Amino acid sequence: MATYKPVVVQAFPKLGEKITQDTLYWRGYKTPVQIKEFGAVNKIDFSPVSPYNYAVTASSRIHIYGRYSQEPIKTFSRFKDAAYCATYRDDGNLLVAGSEEGSIRLFDLSGRAPLRQFDGPTKAVHVVGFLSDKYRIFSGGDDYSSSLWDIPSGTEIISYNEHTDYVRCGCASKVNADVFITGSYDHTVKLFDARMKSSVMTIEHGQPVESVLLFPSGGLLVSAGGRYVKVWDVLKGGQLLVSLKNHHKTVTCLCLNSSGQRLLSGSLDRHVKVYSTTSYKVVHSFNYATSILSLALSPEDETIVVGMTNGVLNVKHRKPEERKENSQKKRQPAYRTYVKGRTYMPKQEDFCVSKPVKHVLRKYDKLLKSFQSSKALDAVLEPPIRLYTPEVTVAVMQELHRRGTLRSALAGRDEKQINLLLTFVARRVIEPRFTPVLVTVADMITDIYQPVVGQSAIVDRQFLRLQEAIGKEIDYQEELLEVLGMMDTLFATFTKKTATYLEEKKSNGLTETVETNTN
Amino acid sequence: MVAPAAAALRVVRCGGSSLHGARAVFSADSYLLCASGDFVKMYSVATEETLRVMGGHAGPVTGVQLNPHNHMQLYSSSLDGTIKLWDFMDGIPIKTFTVGSKLLALYALASFEDSVFVVIPKSGERDTFQLVSVKLTKAAGQDVEAKELSVVLDGVDASPKYIAFGREGEYVASVKEVNLQVYFFKQKQLNRFSVSAVKTKSGNNQFTCIACHPTEDCIATGHADGKIRVWRNFCHKKEYTYSTLHWHHDTVMDLAFSVEGTSLLSGGVESVLVLWHNESDCQKDFLPRLGSPIEYISMASDGTLCCTLHTDNRITIINSNLRFAKSIQGLIKSADVKTGLVVDPRTKALVLNGEPGHLQFYCLQSDQQLFSLDIVQRQYIHQAGLNQADLVKVAFSAQGKWLATVEEREEVTDPELQLKLWFYDEETQSFKLNTRINMPHEDHITDMCFRDMDELEDDSLILVTTGRDCVFKVWVMVEDTDPEAQQSVSWSCDFVGSYHNYQATNCCFSEDGSLLAVSFEETLTVWDSVTWDLKCTFCHPPGKIRNICFGRLTCSKYLIGATDDGFLCCWNLLSCALEWSAHLNVLVLQPDPLSEHIAAVSWLSKESSLFVFKPNEPRPIYIQRNLCREKIQLAAFVPRDEPETIGTEKYLWLRRSQLFFLTDTQELMTLSTKSLQERLTPSSKQLAVEESLPVTPFSLLLGKHRRQQSQEDTDLGKLFVRSKCEQDSPAVKELLHTPAHVLPSASFLCPIFINSLLISKENKRAEEVADEVEMESEKTEDDSDEERDVTEMEQEDTSPLELLGETTCKLSKSQEKELRKIRKMDYSWISAF
Repeated sequence: MATYKPVVVQAFPKLGEKITQDTLYWRGYKTPVQIKEFGAVNKIDFSPVSPYNYAVTASSRIHIYGRYSQEPIKTFSRFKDAAYCATYRDDGNLLVAGSEEGSIRLFDLSGRAPLRQFDGPTKAVHVVGFLSDKYRIFSGGDDYSSSLWDIPSGTEIISYNEHTDYVRCGCASKVNADVFITGSYDHTVKLFDARMKSSVMTIEHGQPVESVLLFPSGGLLVSAGGRYVKVWDVLKGGQLLVSLKNHHKTVTCLCLNSSGQRLLSGSLDRHVKVYSTTSYKVVHSFNYATSILSLALSPEDETIVVGMTNGVLNVKHRKPEERKENSQKKRQPAYRTYVKGRTYMPKQEDFCVSKPVKHVLRKYDKLLKSFQSSKALDAVLEPPIRLYTPEVTVAVMQELHRRGTLRSALAGRDEKQINLLLTFVARRVIEPRFTPVLVTVADMITDIYQPVVGQSAIVDRQFLRLQEAIGKEIDYQEELLEVLGMMDTLFATFTKKTATYLEEKKSNGLTETVETNTN
Repeated sequence: MVAPAAAALRVVRCGGSSLHGARAVFSADSYLLCASGDFVKMYSVATEETLRVMGGHAGPVTGVQLNPHNHMQLYSSSLDGTIKLWDFMDGIPIKTFTVGSKLLALYALASFEDSVFVVIPKSGERDTFQLVSVKLTKAAGQDVEAKELSVVLDGVDASPKYIAFGREGEYVASVKEVNLQVYFFKQKQLNRFSVSAVKTKSGNNQFTCIACHPTEDCIATGHADGKIRVWRNFCHKKEYTYSTLHWHHDTVMDLAFSVEGTSLLSGGVESVLVLWHNESDCQKDFLPRLGSPIEYISMASDGTLCCTLHTDNRITIINSNLRFAKSIQGLIKSADVKTGLVVDPRTKALVLNGEPGHLQFYCLQSDQQLFSLDIVQRQYIHQAGLNQADLVKVAFSAQGKWLATVEEREEVTDPELQLKLWFYDEETQSFKLNTRINMPHEDHITDMCFRDMDELEDDSLILVTTGRDCVFKVWVMVEDTDPEAQQSVSWSCDFVGSYHNYQATNCCFSEDGSLLAVSFEETLTVWDSVTWDLKCTFCHPPGKIRNICFGRLTCSKYLIGATDDGFLCCWNLLSCALEWSAHLNVLVLQPDPLSEHIAAVSWLSKESSLFVFKPNEPRPIYIQRNLCREKIQLAAFVPRDEPETIGTEKYLWLRRSQLFFLTDTQELMTLSTKSLQERLTPSSKQLAVEESLPVTPFSLLLGKHRRQQSQEDTDLGKLFVRSKCEQDSPAVKELLHTPAHVLPSASFLCPIFINSLLISKENKRAEEVADEVEMESEKTEDDSDEERDVTEMEQEDTSPLELLGETTCKLSKSQEKELRKIRKMDYSWISAF
């Protein structure tokens, strides 16, 4: 004799992105703070020392923001034209910036006027930075040159004229004080050693290079240009390690997180993608309102700052760690009750009687077991089940339909209950996993309550909502079918060759059999 | 034993016969007797085993009743017009009474000395029946004519459930449609009552069954609308009363009163056994979910047990406190065997639809269900007209490691379809669900097969399903990359193939797994199973392909197809040409997995015929015309455990495996080369009876004794001992039946008897003991006249001991000597008394 089998609630595989450790980590930011700058934000740089202020270069100004301030705590505005690439020195005391007019200025963060001004380049300087010995600055500009400057003397040490187009990005090695790289619109990335007269290595990226990045170890180099992000092994002489094509517009900025485990890239396609540096797979993606020009992560990943083309600065702070403390601890039975009898070892002559496992049925199962259809339906329309586990509600509806009692369970309800039912149906009927069942339910409800339409304003409104929801879904489906049709025509051109091949084979087979038959 | 060379193959029924002929009967010593097709089966209630199958009737058995005057005897009636009296403990037919016309029901009552009641069709009229009493003559001989019929009631219904006899046979009640008639034997009075014919949504209120109270004048009737009416006072034509009990929502199938009559049992389509206390509506107990609709309910005469016979040929035994006790199940009958006959490679059991939504594993050797696997895993609602999910396709991988099942629920708007893949778990020794695929095809799945050429590589396992949505799909196992997933593998679709938008109907893999044949209506396509390229096509217009299979072993280059316009075609895959074709309306095409042979069952002019052939020659090896009258829908080759020795070359195809087939009425048949006697008395059955006896200290002693005896018998092989034993047995009887007062005192007889037993162990010591007895016996004295009798008796008494063996034979001589001494003794002193 069989026992009652509870209703099977179908588990559907979750579509869309999977919840991983990464998604949890990168979702742990608060709602962003938006700060309006005067022009497109071309560079954001965090101070390497706490309190981790960050310098934002936009238009002709450099703003220094505090960690949580929405107003700049300091502004450098001595530029006639646009300023570029304000970068902190490793100790956080000095800041260097290029400019449209060609001069490079060095600021002390406590002062206002520049400490040094390096005049030399005739054209705009788009990239500047400190070498890791702190006393030299490298720069790159629209005059195709990459230069090295001495801070104490304020003079140019060396200038390399190897690029054949604008130099737009660069980066200094953290392990070797003489090494820096620059990327240019001539599709190349060049590695320079200050001790050599010419570049040590040239890497062909293939697209105008927008951003370069060296890993803290100095062994790997990341370049971004066009839609590609490419990772090169410098120690192997610039061998391409991996080429990532996850954006559909030009990638403009790159950044590593504090641990060096994740690589972030921002693009004009309004996305920031997070890659794992071990597998080079996208593990998370952020969506922004407009095209992204610059991107920075504070130490410990506390803050993500993104600058956009429309001059908006988007600042996200990490949520404080949630304290998992059960404040109201239930009073639990004493320890003695748990251990009572646990330690008893059965003797040889003892009979062991195992406790029968009691199967607890859910409320709707109990009602279904006793064939109380209407009550079972009521039980699954209770708010917690209806709202959080709609699949249970739908499973019970399906079971009732199987038993042929769905109609009688739906019938004979008052205004409030019909309202509730219709709200549920109108909301869920468009979910593909529920559609087959709920269409039947909606059909039955309209059938049953057709005579009372017009008697209650609430119910009428729900009926209209249902109609609207279904109408919308039909429109979507039609559109999707159109798209499918378009894709089919595209695919048809691809598969033409193989199809004709198959056709030939088929005709061969057929003729053969006809022949055998005539034989 | 040399079988005659020309012994014909016999079609043998081996299971699945309907048990619906009559109510089951409990014998006094708790055996259960059931009508099963043409046979009467005896089950042991304690072990659920089939102990004996009593065959002899030429038609289905319609009634089984214990002989009210001898509880070791059984009457059975059959449609062949005979009543047989059986000694069911030995399975021997004692007598056969030939009545002449079809017997539809049988009733035997204690109050009628030498007659039984049967229902026979009224001569000359169709569909009218009468209850007659048959006088069973006491004439000698096995076959007796019983023509002495007297009509008791006219216009009764045919089923045994429509007539019941009242307390101590005082009256008989019969129902038909909406009429109830009660006939009192003594008064010779016939009362008719009727209920108004009302037709409601749930059915009409026609009578469906009747039961009479064992001690009171009370009749319970069941109705088609689910009501039970309890009638009283029906000896009056007008002042009768009835009360109504209503719980069943569908037809009440059977009713039974408890032995004391305090409670009433009822059952119906809901498969719930309802116990009504005191015939009141408010006090009732239920035993729900018995599995399938209840057809008959019967009570044991001592009231401790009750059993229900179900429509799916299952017997459930229920305790008196309404607790499920046991279930006797052979081949479970399902409404429609959609899965076909499949052989489980692991257990060699036959696998097919069982209970709704279950897969039954049926053991062919023991005629028992091994287990039932719940596939659908949903509560089955026993209600007429409900469309519920059922199993339609089953496939096993070659080693039985994987099982694929398809279940579907037919509905006009949204058919539900599920493909499930089960993995055999060695630990729990059962199948475990691995993957469930919703809507694998958009329409019905027509066929399914596994490919696994090499069991060592699991990657080679491929499942192919064909659907009416014009595609076939290839499913493969994929490793789950997610380490948190509970199982390491799951199944997913790998390839979808179609051909000109024709419906795919059958699929089959070649033996080595390199080719897949899929039939699309009229066309047979062959695909490469690695690249999934279409290799070639065959067709034999205008017939649509019904069955396909590849040849095996030496014939693996052939592909066989049967079309629905009656052609069997064989194509050569190497030349891509038709090798031969034959005009044959093939219903079933079944290749033997262990040889090249292929069995084809055809249906022509109302009889099924079997053709066995090898694909390389168009001439069949074996033809059996008129296999059976019913349509054969399914067949399967079951590999034998060890190859059988078969004399004639003609039946060589039966050497490695046995062919089973299932008819429309779900009777399982097989072909056997053995003669009837060999099959009917398997020694294991005999032993089963003995083993099923309860173990008592006495039986243990006796058992030991018997074993010894049989051993010695076989060791010595002395036939004369046995012959003596037969002669001596009456002597023992005589000893036992002799009045005690003429025997010498027990203290006198006992030592002799006991000593004789002891002697049998050891010669020497026994003689010593005998001497002692001699000494003792000299002291005792008795009357000489009587003594002579006694000694003679004792001489005879010793002889049964001879059957203990030769040793006892010898020793009895010493005893004789001793007894002679006793005879010589003077008992004259007794006369002084």
